[in-house]
Amino acid sequence: MTHQTTNTGGGRAAPSFPPNWLKKTVSLAFTVAITLLGLLFVTFMIGRVMPIDPVLAVIGERASQAQYDQVYLELGLDKPLIVQFGIYVGDVLQGDFGTSIRTGKPVAEDIARVFPATLELATLGTLLGVVLGVPLGVLAAVYRGSWIDQISRLIGLVGYSMPIFWLGMMGLLIFYGILGWVAGPGRLGVFYEGLVPTRTGLLLVDAIIAGDWDVFKDALSHIILPACLLGYFSLAYISRMTRSFMLEQLNSEYVITARVKGLSEWHVVWRHAFRNIAIQLITVIALAYANLLEGSVLTEIIFAWPGIGSYITTSLLSNDMASVLGGTVVIGSIFVCLNILSDLLYRFFDPRAKS
Amino acid sequence: MTPQSNASAKPGLKAWLLSDTPQSRGQARAAAWYQGWLRLTSNKLTSLGLIVLTLLVLAALFAPMLATDNPFAQDLGARLKPPGWEGHYFGTDSLGRDIYSRLLYGARISIYIVLLVALVAPLLGLIIGTTAGYFGGWVDTVLMRVTDIFLAFPRLILALAFVAALGAGIENAVLAISLTAWPPYARIARAETLTIRNSDFIHAIRLQGAGPVRIITRHIWPLCISSLVIRVTLDMAGIILTAAGLGFLGLGAQPPSPEWGAMISEGRKYILDYWWVATIPGLAIFAISLAFNLIGDGLRDVLDPKESGK
Repeated sequence: MTHQTTNTGGGRAAPSFPPNWLKKTVSLAFTVAITLLGLLFVTFMIGRVMPIDPVLAVIGERASQAQYDQVYLELGLDKPLIVQFGIYVGDVLQGDFGTSIRTGKPVAEDIARVFPATLELATLGTLLGVVLGVPLGVLAAVYRGSWIDQISRLIGLVGYSMPIFWLGMMGLLIFYGILGWVAGPGRLGVFYEGLVPTRTGLLLVDAIIAGDWDVFKDALSHIILPACLLGYFSLAYISRMTRSFMLEQLNSEYVITARVKGLSEWHVVWRHAFRNIAIQLITVIALAYANLLEGSVLTEIIFAWPGIGSYITTSLLSNDMASVLGGTVVIGSIFVCLNILSDLLYRFFDPRAKS
Repeated sequence: MTPQSNASAKPGLKAWLLSDTPQSRGQARAAAWYQGWLRLTSNKLTSLGLIVLTLLVLAALFAPMLATDNPFAQDLGARLKPPGWEGHYFGTDSLGRDIYSRLLYGARISIYIVLLVALVAPLLGLIIGTTAGYFGGWVDTVLMRVTDIFLAFPRLILALAFVAALGAGIENAVLAISLTAWPPYARIARAETLTIRNSDFIHAIRLQGAGPVRIITRHIWPLCISSLVIRVTLDMAGIILTAAGLGFLGLGAQPPSPEWGAMISEGRKYILDYWWVATIPGLAIFAISLAFNLIGDGLRDVLDPKESGK
């Protein structure tokens, strides 16, 4: 697991002046800050080793030497690397990722525009993964070795071996091209574009707020295939983890005690064993969600979904480095935050982790 | 090593390998390997994975002999022909090239990428992890913090950013995947190092005057290898999928190279009318990563019985 292990320092037993929770909070904040700073440093260095001249990218090939020198100074390229890095961090902290060469707008503005589309897709995908994956994992553990366990194993195996972009294309070919059950690539049909006002940026939610059910139906028929695709990959992961957590619980002594007491199987599984894995599951779901944000890159390309993944790759192909790095920083930060959040939830809810 | 002659090898060799009282160290070691192999192949799915992998390696090795056409030869008159058309087993692509022959040559590229990454990434992780574990203190803190930072990055996105900086191409794709794949290996190598760095044999070597470089490379590395090998096998499928993803995005192998991900990307335009162009290379990728996953699971069951008990 890519678990964030936070080092709380050798916790002394005696109650000292800075209380324990304060020390933990400070140390956690320090960890987050260092990790995010490291993330920025990596993207900064990537931006520096790039073989494209950042000045030429702004002014174009035919500018005069005087213009070149002016922009060179404006971008701060004459300063030492460490100072440039400081300026970069300061800019990012203020939400300034530079200007996209491709769209001519600030990168932050671009990302704010495309991000809701990715969020909508990843959320729906995770939801599908949880709703189907958790029960499947539990059943596979309870009926270990039965056909349902075999199915869950098969789903996992295929999920870990299938190129996501290829499965997406096959889905389009079958469900759109041959059967015609769902709408094709894109987020909305041409006829429905601009009908509902943008409030949240999540089309399904916006359509509900506006009460426009035609738009809702069209948006749903566009999102359902990519969401199922992402949902499948998170289902593979979530059910596999649920199964292994559940098996661990079902083999423990308190479950035997509960059975000896004569509790029903349903009671033993759901009220005793399942409640003990709920916290571990939160961690897994947070990770699955983070993975989907990343997995959406290839999926968005296939389905022409105007999210952050499409944004990064289109920018990449037109050498628009500011956008690529901005997108990388945003996804990376969310990734880090979700990791830490799941870690926090785990400590907060599980009394065993507090000792 | 073996006293038997080759002619009577079959029953004799087996008995020699399964003997309860090995006569030499070499025999004991060979017996251990053989029994591991028997357990590995007793699992039907793992055997299937091994067969598929062997076929792939053979296809890559003998590609020039097995191919029916030149994989780069274009024939615009025979564009987008369906499978089975005039001796083209899997049909032709948008430039009239034979898909079957391209698949065979593509297997070479896949193996090349996987082998390179499987060499570079664990080596990087091994160096960083053992250094951190052996020296401890601030070296450990700094190196592990760096590892955590790389772990915190979404892998595909980081690989994308690296390739963007380095330029598209197979070697750069290998480098980018390796740069994103090493952190787990570093963690494993560090954990192994921590368990052995205070053992008596390390102290003894140090008393004999061995320096840290010698201790790490000659005495700690060999003990880390086996746990790294399992992990690498389990990661092979992921490496193939990432490489194919980069190829699909046009950031890996460049045309006209018959890389499978790039072939899918070419076929994408024609997916609704000429399904085979994109479908067949995808099936090839699926078969190979499935084979690696099956082998990895089987290997873990043999080498790490604790995990398989679950």
